[in-house]
Amino acid sequence: MIMDQGIAAVGCGILGILLAASIIGAVLSRTASSDQARATVANLNARVRAWWMMCALVFCALIAGTIATTILFALLSFLALREFITLAPTRRADHHTLFWAFFIIIPLQYWFVASRWYGMMAIFIPVWAFLFVAILVQLSDVFQYVWGKLLGRHRIAPHLSPNKTWEGFLGGVATATGIGAALWWMTPFTPLHAAGMALIITCMGFCGGIVMSAIKRDAGVKDFGAIIAGHGGVLDRIDSLCFAAPVFFHLVRYQYT
Amino acid sequence: MIAGLIRLVTGAQARWVGCTPGLRQRIYFANHSSNLDGPTIWASLPNQVRARTRPIAARDYWEKGPLRRWLAHAVFHAVLISREKITAGNNPLVAMETALAEGASLIIFPEGTRTVDEDTGMNPFKPGLWHLARRHPEVELVPVHLENLNRILPKGDVLLVPLLAAVTFGTPLLLQEGEDKLAFLERARGAVAALAVEEA
Repeated sequence: MIMDQGIAAVGCGILGILLAASIIGAVLSRTASSDQARATVANLNARVRAWWMMCALVFCALIAGTIATTILFALLSFLALREFITLAPTRRADHHTLFWAFFIIIPLQYWFVASRWYGMMAIFIPVWAFLFVAILVQLSDVFQYVWGKLLGRHRIAPHLSPNKTWEGFLGGVATATGIGAALWWMTPFTPLHAAGMALIITCMGFCGGIVMSAIKRDAGVKDFGAIIAGHGGVLDRIDSLCFAAPVFFHLVRYQYT
Repeated sequence: MIAGLIRLVTGAQARWVGCTPGLRQRIYFANHSSNLDGPTIWASLPNQVRARTRPIAARDYWEKGPLRRWLAHAVFHAVLISREKITAGNNPLVAMETALAEGASLIIFPEGTRTVDEDTGMNPFKPGLWHLARRHPEVELVPVHLENLNRILPKGDVLLVPLLAAVTFGTPLLLQEGEDKLAFLERARGAVAALAVEEA
């Protein structure tokens, strides 16, 4: 099977890198002279050991099959959510909702994933096809801003986002669609299909931005965070992607598998 | 094994900022916001230390039902004390001092009951800690701060939300010569609160 060969090839590559890292670590731990160097090397070796564990875990799961891989990813989601919610401010009233998120929603989501064979399909789509989405969505945002600043007159959703205009929306979508068509060679699509995909992606991206704006309005904040200078939080930057990526995923699945 | 399970559920990370784990006889005193508090401190101690450390717990809660009773007696070796109808016969201090005399370390919650909201701060400490400190100067008093446990299992709930708890052990406290009860209790409370600031 192609999948197995792919895993084997990637596995050999990673094995080689890990072996090299371990050998380098062992050599360094013998040559390190100062206390500071020894501490650094000890930390390096601890990291390498952790990488061995993580890689072994992922590869065991992949070899064991879809169910094992799905369970692994479900656990990772669970732990990531645990870390995120620990840092996020929650109220006493959220307690039961959080219980649901951890013990009902995540398991249910991954049960869907396992039973519908979605995980496998993602592997068959070349990774750079996803790059296509990310690039187009961000370009579309930029061009909407540019066209809006140049020609913007008529507001599209004055209550939610005063800066979004019809001129910006149409100009941005048209430009990004053209660029999408020009990038057809990095996708499994024909140029015409690529243009269609780009059109859908950018429209969905726009919807994502509007919805996230509404959430921000409701919470009385301007941005989700302040981690990216000039943009706000991470979620402010990927709000369009949140909507565009799943739609792209399902369209590709529908048409190309 | 139960200790491992508690650590798994609460994700408790023990941080020894003011002292190191040791077999010396100690009284760990902490803020109280969840029924998991005592078990979590107990579970975050190293095996040998845990074996000789007993949480002080409310009899009315831990004697209810066979599971709680089994946990309290067979697993935690808790010192159960009454919270109501205190008489000379069931004075909580007597039970605590008996356990100390037997060489056990103790986990106590001087607030007496769980604080509902961590943001409002701790309740005033009850005088038991002062009495113990006065009568047992050889025992180290270690402030402990618990974080997030009221979000994992709040008062009045039975559903666990698996967030990550933190257990911080501070610098042992000594009763100063001539220090009066209120001043000492306030200082002890401040020591626990200071650990909360250190975490943030």
